[in-house]
Amino acid sequence: MTTRGTGPGDRLDPEEAGPGRGSKMLGGRAVLVSSASTVLFFAIIAIIVALAPGSGIVAERFFDPFHLKQSFLGTPSTPSVAGAFLLNVEIFAISEVLILILALVIAVVRQIPGPVFFPFRMVAIAYTDLFRGIPLILVLYMIGFGVPGLGLAGLSYLSDVTYGIIALVLVYSAYVAEVYRAGIESVHESQNAAARSLGLTRWQSMRFVILPQAVRRVVPPLLNDFIGLQKDTALVSVLGSIEAARAAQIYSASEFNYASYVVAALLFVLITIPLARFTDRLIARDKRRRQAGALA
Amino acid sequence: MNSPGSPALILEGVHKSFGQNEVLKGIDLTVAPHEVVCLIGASGSGKSTLLKCVNLIEPIDAGRIVVEGEEITAPGVDVNRVRRRIGIVFQAFNLFPHMTVLQNITLAPRQALKMDPQGSRKRALGLLGRFGLLDKKDEYPDRLSGGQQQRAAIVRALAMRPGVMLLDEVTSALDPELVAEVLSVIRELADDGMTMLIATHEMGFARDIANRVCFLDAGRILEQGPPERIFTSPENPRTRRFLQRIIAAGRL
Amino acid sequence: MIKRAVLVGFLVAVLLAVGCGGQGSAEQGSKESCDVKDPPLFKEGVLTVATDRPAYPPWFEGSPENYSGFEGDVANEVAKRMDLPVEWVVEPFNKSYAPGAKDYDFDINQITITPEREKAVDFSDGYFDNAQGVLVLNGNPAADAESIADLKDARLGAQVGTTSLDFINETIKPDEEPKIFDTTNDAKSALESGQIDAIVTDLVTTVYLRDFEIDGSVVVGQYPRNEQFGMLFEEGNRLVGCVNKVLGQMKEDGTLSELQETWLQDYLSVPILKE
Repeated sequence: MTTRGTGPGDRLDPEEAGPGRGSKMLGGRAVLVSSASTVLFFAIIAIIVALAPGSGIVAERFFDPFHLKQSFLGTPSTPSVAGAFLLNVEIFAISEVLILILALVIAVVRQIPGPVFFPFRMVAIAYTDLFRGIPLILVLYMIGFGVPGLGLAGLSYLSDVTYGIIALVLVYSAYVAEVYRAGIESVHESQNAAARSLGLTRWQSMRFVILPQAVRRVVPPLLNDFIGLQKDTALVSVLGSIEAARAAQIYSASEFNYASYVVAALLFVLITIPLARFTDRLIARDKRRRQAGALA
Repeated sequence: MNSPGSPALILEGVHKSFGQNEVLKGIDLTVAPHEVVCLIGASGSGKSTLLKCVNLIEPIDAGRIVVEGEEITAPGVDVNRVRRRIGIVFQAFNLFPHMTVLQNITLAPRQALKMDPQGSRKRALGLLGRFGLLDKKDEYPDRLSGGQQQRAAIVRALAMRPGVMLLDEVTSALDPELVAEVLSVIRELADDGMTMLIATHEMGFARDIANRVCFLDAGRILEQGPPERIFTSPENPRTRRFLQRIIAAGRL
Repeated sequence: MIKRAVLVGFLVAVLLAVGCGGQGSAEQGSKESCDVKDPPLFKEGVLTVATDRPAYPPWFEGSPENYSGFEGDVANEVAKRMDLPVEWVVEPFNKSYAPGAKDYDFDINQITITPEREKAVDFSDGYFDNAQGVLVLNGNPAADAESIADLKDARLGAQVGTTSLDFINETIKPDEEPKIFDTTNDAKSALESGQIDAIVTDLVTTVYLRDFEIDGSVVVGQYPRNEQFGMLFEEGNRLVGCVNKVLGQMKEDGTLSELQETWLQDYLSVPILKE
């Protein structure tokens, strides 16, 4: 349906595409200047770092290719950082889905009008206040060590990874619920008025008109929270399982070398980049749609 | 529900305030079936609020409203059911930007009227074809001109087969050259016999299309009557003053 | 697109420049050339000794101004023989092997000497032979374990950075993956809440936990592993030689065994696990 392709590097608005033919020269020179200044900037940094007295030893302890490879693959006595990273991915994938759902429920419940729903609204508000207030690490401790300690049937006998996921979901849903709420409130009231005027119920208006628009609008902050979530999966290790950051720590303590941390960091960055580019695509694609439909 | 001859719409003693500000100070108005009534008056006179009270978007503070024989302001009335019988089109079009034109139109018939997909699609295509928007059916609203969007909004309301249509300044936000296409749609609806209550600034149009014109001033209907009388020899001095200003601005 | 490629290219270049080039790395100092009368010190006239905080008994007792305890007194004795007062500083374990100059003369913190670690730091000679211990709550099936094989089906927990994980993976080879915790305290929480069946850590600590921290627990056995604790020095620090001299004296004249008897006597009488 779209006649122009959209991609991160593409320009969408005719105005932004640059003026006419005469400035092609200007455009080319601008690229040259910016490339040259970028080159110069990094060259200076590279020289400063390379000439530092400790650069050799830092190279050995952080960037030694032997240790980079060995920590990546693992040894008989240390777990593989790459293999452990799969646990981070697993935790992230499961948590993300649950968070998206739970947060939506909380956000919707929070704004159901009417006196009979007052207790539900209060619970939703209390939930977001509570779990945005408590640091994640404390929630992890309380869920991961507290719940098993209670000795409740079933609930107290889950794996530590499960408790970790529960803690992540509880905390992040509070933040994401507020993001959804901002999205819902940013959809102009006239959209709801139009939907209700057609005879759609409050729930139908929310489901078909408000929420689809609300969610599209908050894709950037949502994805931002999820990039944060990816890092926070490392905290689950406090309950015992070996994920990438913990594996890096084990290798580091065993070999007295920090290269494993560099490997772990790179893995985290590598998984963030596609997410960030995907976000850019989503934003670009929906930016146009947002303008129409209401003059507000 | 409605016996032939009984009014399509009755407003009795309708009061509406926003906080301390009383916007409707006792409106009495009756609209007969197939009648086209135009509301004229300055901005802030209460025309928009009046329309929004009729479809219960705004709750009234006093009085009653009866639509097709049913008192819709009585307690316990199913608001959603009432709204399905009343179509309203707003100044700002308010199409749903995340849906195509076709989806905009079939949404309420499918969800509120529980029509099947094929049936709702057929009805929508029929209306789009009739009002010259068939080639835009799979476009998103941002691709349409203002006039096209407003026509689509009218079609969206019509798809619910309402008994009464409320039009709230539907051409005020349009570029002048796009106004005519929307007015011609409204004219068609009037010719079809749709009961309509229209708030408008388009005096020429009101004079052409209305069976009756009501002048609203500061929350009251000061004068009403056939357009020939209202526009040429208004009785109330305030009506006269309002029309004088309109004529002086070259809009009549 | 071009700009981005240039950017990435130069980031890579920076990394490579650091990784390959740079000034030479530290040299291995001679361990012999240290004069006990005039040792190379971090701070003139004082022996600056580091350990982690919190510092646990029986390795450390008393307050940080004036530690005693086994490791506390080993350091005190070394300083005494070099005619120096001791000043204690804090160094988290994770930082103790970071490259660059250290803010102390040596770190004493139950650190096991291994060949891999020797590539990054210098160790003194060993001052304690460490064994692994296994702590289980009473009532847990693993509490009856008498051999390594008995522990195969237990859920084991260990503290990060200890040789216990090696012990678990190389010797016990349990069916289930062991759990790793930041601190002994976390491992204790996991044990008490039933998330793990046994804590594996150095023998002395398991006994300490049994006697002072975890009611109703038992140390099912110990496993000596030819591990020794050593004091950790910056690579190439000549002070190692002096300390080794002094340590040698302490071993010869029995002072070291006395210290061990004073502080650790109650902690070492645990049956040895069979294979």
